[in-house]
Amino acid sequence: MSKAMRRSPAVNLLAYGFMITWLIMAAFPFLWTLWGSFKVEGDFFSKADWANSIFGTLTMVETGGNFTSDGYYGAWVQEEFWRAALNTFIVCFCVVTISLTSGTQGRYALSRSTYRYAFWFLLFALMFRAMPPITLVSGYLLPFFEWNLWGHLSTTIIVLVAINQPFTLWMLHAFFKNIPKDLDESAMVDGCTRFQAFRHVIIPVMWPGVITTGLFSFLLAYNDFAVTSMLLSKENQTMVPKLASFLGTTQTKGNVMFAVAAAVSVTAPLFVMIIFFQKQIVSGLTAGAVKG
Amino acid sequence: MKHSSFFWFVLPSSLMMLLFIAFPIVSVVTQSLYQAHDQVIIEVENCGPFGCTVDTSVDSEATAALRAAEPLGQWAGLDIYKDRNHLALDEVAQAWVNSDGLPDFGRTLMNLPFYDAMAFTLTYTAIVTPLTIILGFFIAIAVNAVARALRGPTIFFSLLPMIVTPLVGSLILFWMVDARGILGTSLQWLADDPTLSVKASTPMMWIMLMVYGVWHSAPFAFIVYYAGLQTVNTDTLEAAMIDGASRWQRIRYVIIPHLVPLTTFIALIQLMDNFRVFEPIVSFSAQAHATSLSYAIFNDLGGETRLLSSAAATSVLTIIGVGILLSPVLVRTWREFGSPR
Repeated sequence: MSKAMRRSPAVNLLAYGFMITWLIMAAFPFLWTLWGSFKVEGDFFSKADWANSIFGTLTMVETGGNFTSDGYYGAWVQEEFWRAALNTFIVCFCVVTISLTSGTQGRYALSRSTYRYAFWFLLFALMFRAMPPITLVSGYLLPFFEWNLWGHLSTTIIVLVAINQPFTLWMLHAFFKNIPKDLDESAMVDGCTRFQAFRHVIIPVMWPGVITTGLFSFLLAYNDFAVTSMLLSKENQTMVPKLASFLGTTQTKGNVMFAVAAAVSVTAPLFVMIIFFQKQIVSGLTAGAVKG
Repeated sequence: MKHSSFFWFVLPSSLMMLLFIAFPIVSVVTQSLYQAHDQVIIEVENCGPFGCTVDTSVDSEATAALRAAEPLGQWAGLDIYKDRNHLALDEVAQAWVNSDGLPDFGRTLMNLPFYDAMAFTLTYTAIVTPLTIILGFFIAIAVNAVARALRGPTIFFSLLPMIVTPLVGSLILFWMVDARGILGTSLQWLADDPTLSVKASTPMMWIMLMVYGVWHSAPFAFIVYYAGLQTVNTDTLEAAMIDGASRWQRIRYVIIPHLVPLTTFIALIQLMDNFRVFEPIVSFSAQAHATSLSYAIFNDLGGETRLLSSAAATSVLTIIGVGILLSPVLVRTWREFGSPR
């Protein structure tokens, strides 16, 4: 910081105040829900006194401890949330692998082609990116019913990969632009075919972009509700539609705490992911804007 | 790159996009022109001592057989688009004639499901997009002004609302704003009205959904602006300073012009994402007060009777809406990159 950038205390105070307000807005709901997920419903939704949800007065009365893991037990064991977690893992793993494989290939070709159709291809991808997934889902249902494709994990995986493809192509754009053309061209002068040049020269240097794009493909698959809730049968449900189904069934039973525990369980892996990949996520968000 | 190798490289991507994005659009358009077969009615004449009566009953077997044989249904042309659940041409025409004044006409329009969903979707998009950009900009300015050591943790926590599954994020807010939750109770205390409930009031529900929208996407605008702020030319800033520009003038004449291209990018992404607003309505169970186009489709598709044709018609109208929304961007992109250089 240079001398000229020094600020008056009032401006500083304003900046800190604003930032702290935002931080509370961003983080507090999650901390509150995490804390509350270890309480009973009477404390989490406390009509009598909001302080109950902090000290767990009713939790003490009902279970004999300040914390209870009843919500987690109910969701994971009783309602078999673990099965949904396993399905989510399978779906995310396959979606990320397949969309990166086809996305990097496609993006490489697009970045190296000088013809006009490469531009049109990208423009179509942008239009497809704007399509709300649920509109596409209403187009899938009838053919999938007719051909018995409905309900399987594999169908959902392919659909999610296809919906992710425009994102993947656009996000890889900035990264591939930074790989110099000379690199693969000199490999081809040395006698590589196009594919060998891609395989032996481009793949080793494209990892930063691939990791970032992979993270976002993962997020899209993990966070999806429209596709997974419509295309998966009950036993194949992933975590998010399963959580939504708790809302219908448990509120009548008065066990909304299952849903709270499940919500915390869905958030936890994302939390860990941000801890480890903060830099990559930030670079991915800005890839299209700052460098492009 | 040769045409043939280009073809093989993009084949997997393009095949998938063709099969699962382009083809479903065709399928949706087709489906919207058909409607499910009517139930097969059989008439049975029962003759007794007091004369003959004709009973009608539904032949469920024949209906099922007919529907299985032609799952697409029967040709309906544009009927589905014109019915009450979509463009409702008759109802609108009638309301136009009968209503006294525009406000009354507007109220009648809002009772029609499609226009109701359209109104919410457009209002949501029009309000959330600028608010997101403004809030994100101010967070970025504030974070850029605080000590360097605090920036990492701030970015970490700021990412949470955006990264967390929309359904879960909105549920978490919904639970807090429940009449028995901490925010709901605080609101009751602030308004001094113990019966206040966000769930029961339409305006409150709209506001809450928009608050969620801004909360969810402001981090995105913040991160992009923050990255942009790192590349502001410090020489220009200092020159402006020496020329006597105040803090506000420096923001107005140096920083904001630098961030304008980023704003276009954020606005484009936000318009696309806000137009498909869907998950918060599910989590907030807001359907009685606010529905969006995406939610209307979801609602038709779910449940026991899947109203495929109705969903398809809404989908087509939504896709047209997306097209209109994106047309300025497409025209601009085409002018910039599409014309021969």
